[in-house]
Amino acid sequence: MRKVEFIVRRVLKAALVVLGVVVLNFFLIRLAPGDPAMFMAGEAGQADAEYVEQLREQFGLTQPLHVQFYRYMEGLLTMDLGYSFRFQQDAGALIMQRMPATILLAATAYVFAILVGVTTGAIAARRVGTWTDTTITVVALAVYATPLFWLGIMAIILFSLNLGWFPAYGMETIGGRHVGFDRVLDIAHHLVLPAVTLGLFYVAVYARLTRASMLEVADMDFVRTARAKGVPEGRVLRAHVLRNAILPIITFAGLNGAHMLSGSVLIETVYAWPGIGRLIFDALLQRDYNMLLGALFVIAVIVVVFNLITDLIYSIVDPRIELAR
Amino acid sequence: MVRSVKSLVAVVGISALAGTLPAAAQEQEGRTLDALVWPEPPSLVLGLSIHTGTQQVSTKIYEGLVVYDFDLTPLPWLATSWDISDDGLTYTFHLEEDVRWHDGEPFTADDVVFTISEFMPEVNAQARLLFRNLASATALDTHTVQFQLREPFPAFLFGFNTLTAPILPRHIYQGTDYRTNPMNATPIGTGPFRFVEWRNGEYVHLVRNDDYWQEGLPHIDEIYFRVIPDEGARAIAVESGDVDIARAGQIGYREILRLGEDPRFFLDLRGGEFNAPQLWLQLNLRRPPIDDPRFRQAVMHALDREFIRDFIWYGLGTISNGPIAPTIPYYDPDVRQYAYDLDRARDLLDEMGLEPDADGIRARLVMPPPASEIYQRTSEYVAQQLAQIGIEVRLDRVDHATWANRVAEFDFDLTINLLEQLGDPAIGPTTFYHTNGIEQGNPFGNNGGYSNPEIDALLDRGAVETDPAVRQQIYSEVQRILAEDVPVGWLLETLRPVLHSTELENVVTTSRGYFATWAELRFVE
Repeated sequence: MRKVEFIVRRVLKAALVVLGVVVLNFFLIRLAPGDPAMFMAGEAGQADAEYVEQLREQFGLTQPLHVQFYRYMEGLLTMDLGYSFRFQQDAGALIMQRMPATILLAATAYVFAILVGVTTGAIAARRVGTWTDTTITVVALAVYATPLFWLGIMAIILFSLNLGWFPAYGMETIGGRHVGFDRVLDIAHHLVLPAVTLGLFYVAVYARLTRASMLEVADMDFVRTARAKGVPEGRVLRAHVLRNAILPIITFAGLNGAHMLSGSVLIETVYAWPGIGRLIFDALLQRDYNMLLGALFVIAVIVVVFNLITDLIYSIVDPRIELAR
Repeated sequence: MVRSVKSLVAVVGISALAGTLPAAAQEQEGRTLDALVWPEPPSLVLGLSIHTGTQQVSTKIYEGLVVYDFDLTPLPWLATSWDISDDGLTYTFHLEEDVRWHDGEPFTADDVVFTISEFMPEVNAQARLLFRNLASATALDTHTVQFQLREPFPAFLFGFNTLTAPILPRHIYQGTDYRTNPMNATPIGTGPFRFVEWRNGEYVHLVRNDDYWQEGLPHIDEIYFRVIPDEGARAIAVESGDVDIARAGQIGYREILRLGEDPRFFLDLRGGEFNAPQLWLQLNLRRPPIDDPRFRQAVMHALDREFIRDFIWYGLGTISNGPIAPTIPYYDPDVRQYAYDLDRARDLLDEMGLEPDADGIRARLVMPPPASEIYQRTSEYVAQQLAQIGIEVRLDRVDHATWANRVAEFDFDLTINLLEQLGDPAIGPTTFYHTNGIEQGNPFGNNGGYSNPEIDALLDRGAVETDPAVRQQIYSEVQRILAEDVPVGWLLETLRPVLHSTELENVVTTSRGYFATWAELRFVE
């Protein structure tokens, strides 16, 4: 019962957060100088004032701001995200068309980052002070400090241009006409470089976090007690140390799920991955209001849902944690 | 490595001639061409969109009545021939007879009349200007169109390219809201390639038009225009051979020059003659001390334009000295020149009484440069040079939309702009220097606010004069006056080189470079 009440409360709060995001974004983006009409005129390289005015008229930008806001919210209630000025089509449809690519990329990178990160972190903690630990720590730091786009370009040059192991861009072979399982393989082949590049940055974070957290827990009395009782070392590490050390990692993983989406902007750009990240970036520069608001709305929903799940997992992993009111 | 453009032009010019590959070369039919499109276009309907991405793709789908040779001579395309009456008021075009739209409907004179008199003037700024004195457009028969002008306008013939007059299907657009017509998603043209699919963020796919009106053309079966958002990744796509062709702008100048030296590629510097994009320092003439011509002359003397060309633009371009580009008719080189001379610049400022203050600064100016890297570097150089004559320039870095807005609202002292001449002084240049071109809300008009009744009168006369000799006199006078007045600081005549695999030929076939139809383009071995 308690859990149901908790979830209902959290969902209501989440809805408020999403609403806040929409309202704030609606007005924030309009504070930026220039508008989609001016951008499109600017991009065209030639225009006259009449043309710019025509575009504004067409986009409904000549209406007073409160009317524009009312119209937008009205549309949002029926899940109508409006019209993308830049791509001259329904923004919602375009977002839905490109969302799966981002989810595939981010989810793969996410799983990769957690698995590899926690494992290497745990190894480093177990062999603290040895050369294994030092190597993991140094490599993790180096990767963490390297800009994603640079890592991406270097990976393309090495694995694609020189070795020819993986395709350098896109989600599938253009004109390849793969179907069925062939297509899955083709997409997987294209996914390797972007997912690993995006994941690597977070591998470093998870490794550092796991190592630090495990070392902290390892010094605690109950671990010493477990060892004193003669519990085998492997079990001490898995059941006592890691289980307790995992909480900060879960917290981070919850936040990071959403963060992964922002990292995907860069990766999608470098690897020409047809996802939503690049769409958001362009929409901002191009003042494509509806596209930007729509994409941020969808992402806000994802983030909020993600945090909700994190909280639930939290209470499962550590039953001591009360479901806070 | 930096080379002077002269030697570069010489080298590439020679290889351009040699580029028509040996006659023995084996022609290959039916291959797939991988090209780039960047930025991704907002729409694929030419006319509705003049976006560079649209032009890169859709000039293969739609066609104009004429194309322009490298010396800007109009050549027949959808029009087989044309007659111009002696008074310059009547233009009669005879059209190709066996042309069909991609949906099978016949192409007729009605399509041309509809495009020129209804569609384009409603949606396109440049077309409004070009066709403003059209009195009537009539289909004399199925394949003959006659245009009647209110007054002579010799630049009229330069309006019939795919930029300002791509011929659009009347049966699809007439009576509809052009911009929201659902058929915009599946463009229908007469060109050598048909639209198949546009996967947003991935590619645009075109296939051979088997019904094409030019016998035996096109040579290639399909084209994929790939969307690769990162400039570095686009260069890699070319280098790895995944993409056969690229245009400057799609990949950076430095990369295009580097790959041009690779024996697998051929760099063609031609193809910018018609658009003739001029790079200039835009000066806001409304604001003192910029309103004094001596100040603007001083700015010209303070800039080493050879340095800008060689070290910032990688040697690609020629020094610009006036309002009309050398590839455009009526260009006159015999005007006041501004050699790089800092002392002369300081003398001019002294002469106008612009003394340095306690900090040694004579004037403080704000410059929002356009967002792309090469303009930013050009702006940094300008700021650094002007500092040497006591003019402090603060660079105000903004994104593209903000820049366009500030230029359109005249909110700048200096900025950099790149504007196109479009074949005739009565088209581009007239917009930039005529008082009528001062138009708030438009980033590409006479944004500096130059207004000179004498120039207005000359430009008005030049636009309607039919005698080429008299036109030359008029435009020579325009160039002479403007070179004294310096309404903008001309920097470079820029180029838009096209890089392509040496397996390709007939790539750059007209003075619009990458924007040709590619009907004749083919693979050779």
